[in-house]
Amino acid sequence: MYREDFPILNNNIIYFDNGATTLKPKCVVEAMNDYYYNYGANIHRGDYKISLKASEEYEKVRDKVKDFINAKSSKEIVFTSGATDSLNKIVFGFMKDYLNEGDEVLLTKSEHASNVLPWLELAKIKNIKISYIPLNDNHELTLEALTNTINEKTKVISIASITNVVGDVRDIHEISKIAHKHNIILVVDGAQSVPHMKTDVIKDDIDFLVFSGHKMLGPTGVGVLYAKEEYLEKMKPIEYGGGMNQYFEVTGEVEYKSIPTRFEAGTPPIAEVIGLGAAIDYLQSIGMDKIYEYEKELKKYLVSKLESNTKVILYNKNSDSGILAFNLEGIFSQDTAIYLDHYNICVRAGNHCAKILKDEINIKNTCRISLYFYNTKEEIDKLVEALEKSDDLFKVIL
Amino acid sequence: MDRELKREVILDNYNNPYHKGLKGEAGYKKANTNNESCIDNIDIELKIEDGKVVDANFDGEACAISTSATSIFLRKIIGKSVSDVKDLIENYEHLIDEQEYDEEKLGELMVYDTIYMQPNRKHCALLPVDTIKKILKEVESGD
Repeated sequence: MYREDFPILNNNIIYFDNGATTLKPKCVVEAMNDYYYNYGANIHRGDYKISLKASEEYEKVRDKVKDFINAKSSKEIVFTSGATDSLNKIVFGFMKDYLNEGDEVLLTKSEHASNVLPWLELAKIKNIKISYIPLNDNHELTLEALTNTINEKTKVISIASITNVVGDVRDIHEISKIAHKHNIILVVDGAQSVPHMKTDVIKDDIDFLVFSGHKMLGPTGVGVLYAKEEYLEKMKPIEYGGGMNQYFEVTGEVEYKSIPTRFEAGTPPIAEVIGLGAAIDYLQSIGMDKIYEYEKELKKYLVSKLESNTKVILYNKNSDSGILAFNLEGIFSQDTAIYLDHYNICVRAGNHCAKILKDEINIKNTCRISLYFYNTKEEIDKLVEALEKSDDLFKVIL
Repeated sequence: MDRELKREVILDNYNNPYHKGLKGEAGYKKANTNNESCIDNIDIELKIEDGKVVDANFDGEACAISTSATSIFLRKIIGKSVSDVKDLIENYEHLIDEQEYDEEKLGELMVYDTIYMQPNRKHCALLPVDTIKKILKEVESGD
C-alpha cells in the first residue's frame, strides 16, 4: 500500500532492510525542501519573520511527537541525533549520577549495541553491575525470567520493545508494572517498535523512551529522547554550548535553559526535525494499528512460504513483528545477501549490531528481512522464488 | 581463465580450504581482521624463520571470496621470503585495484581478476593481505 508515495520504489528494487532504515515518502523530502527553499533560517532568533517561522515549525514537531507517543507534555520531548544519541544522553546525563556503587542494570543479550555499549562504558567508570535477563528457547524475554532476575540491587531495566534481530515484541505494559513495583526505572529502546505500532508512554508508564527518525520514514540525523518530566529535570546535559544557556559570566557562573532546550546544544537538525514532523503526519494518516496488523500478516505470509523451502533455516518465525532472520543451509549469510542483490532484493547480512546475540543463538551471522507497510506479498513471492532457485547461487555471485 | 574455471578454483578453496585451523604454537605470530565494512572475521598465523615464511594457517568465518582468497594466498606464501611475500601482496593489491601487475607472480590468484567489477567485494578479496600485513608489520617492529 501507498507505494506511489515512495519515488525510490520506481527503481525496481525490493527493499527488505527497514530495520536498518526506511524509505522516504515524497512529503518528507518536500517538507525539508520547503524549509531550505522558503524559510531556512536558524531557530530561536525571533527578530525576523523567517526565523520565527522556522522556530514555530520546529516546535510544532515537538507537539506532534508528544501526541504520537501520547506524552503528557511537549517539555518531555528532546530532539537528538538518533536513538544512539538519546541512550548516551540517558546513560551519561542521568544514570551516571542516579546509580550508586553495586547497583545493577538489567539488559538482554538481544539488545542492539546502542543499548549495551553505553552501559558497559558506564560500568567501567562507576562500580555498577550489568546483568542479562535470560531469554527462552525462542530467544524471547518472558515476564517470569524478568521477575526471577530482579533483586534488591536492580535499579534499571533497559530493553528494546521490539528487538532488531529476533523481532520479539515485549510486553512493555506488564514489564513496566513489574519494574515500578520494585522501584526500578524502565528505559525502552523503541527504535524498532515506534515506527511499526502504536506507542503510549502514559498507558505503558514508560520512564525513558528513545527512537530514531530515519527508521520511521523520517530523515537521518534526528531522533527523540522522551523522559518523564521529573527525570528530565534531574538529567544533566552532556553537551554544552549555544542555544542551551540562559546566561554565563567569565567567572564561570552559568544558568542553563529549562527542559527540553537544555539538552539541545548547538544548532539542531532543523530541517530533519521538520521532516520527522511530516513523517509522523504521514504515519498517522495511515494509522499505526493498521500498519502493525498489515506487517504481521506479511510476516506470516513470508514464514509460510519460506517454511516449505528445506534449504532455508528460520530463526524467529514466531515473533510478532515484521523481522525475520534466516540463513540458507551451508551458505555464509553475506553470500546469500549478495546473491539476492542480483535480483535487486535488499536484505541485510551480519550480526545486525546485536553482537552478543551470538551467545544466545550460536549463530554469528544471519540474513535479516525487515518489512514495512509498503512491502507486498508480490515482493515476498519474488524473494521466495529467488531462494528456491538458489542452487546456482555461486554461479550468480562468482 | 574462463569464468567457469575461476568459479571452480574459488569454490574448491572455499569448500575445502587449505591450511584451515590454527596451531597456536610457540613461534607463530597471529593477527585478526574483522572486516569493518562487512562481517568476515579471520585469524591468520604465520611462522617466520630466518626471513622466510615456513608455515601459515587461518581460521574464522567468512564469505566465499574471503575464505578462498585466504586459502590460496597462504598456500602461495609458504616457503617464500618476507620480501617476496611483500612483492606478491603488492601485485595482488594492484590486481584488485585495477593497476599494473605481474600475472606470472600471481598465478592462481588471477581468479580474482574481475573482482573490481563488484566494488563491494574488493575488501573480501583483500582480507588475507590486510591480515598478513599486520603480522609482517609486527614482526618488523620487533615485537
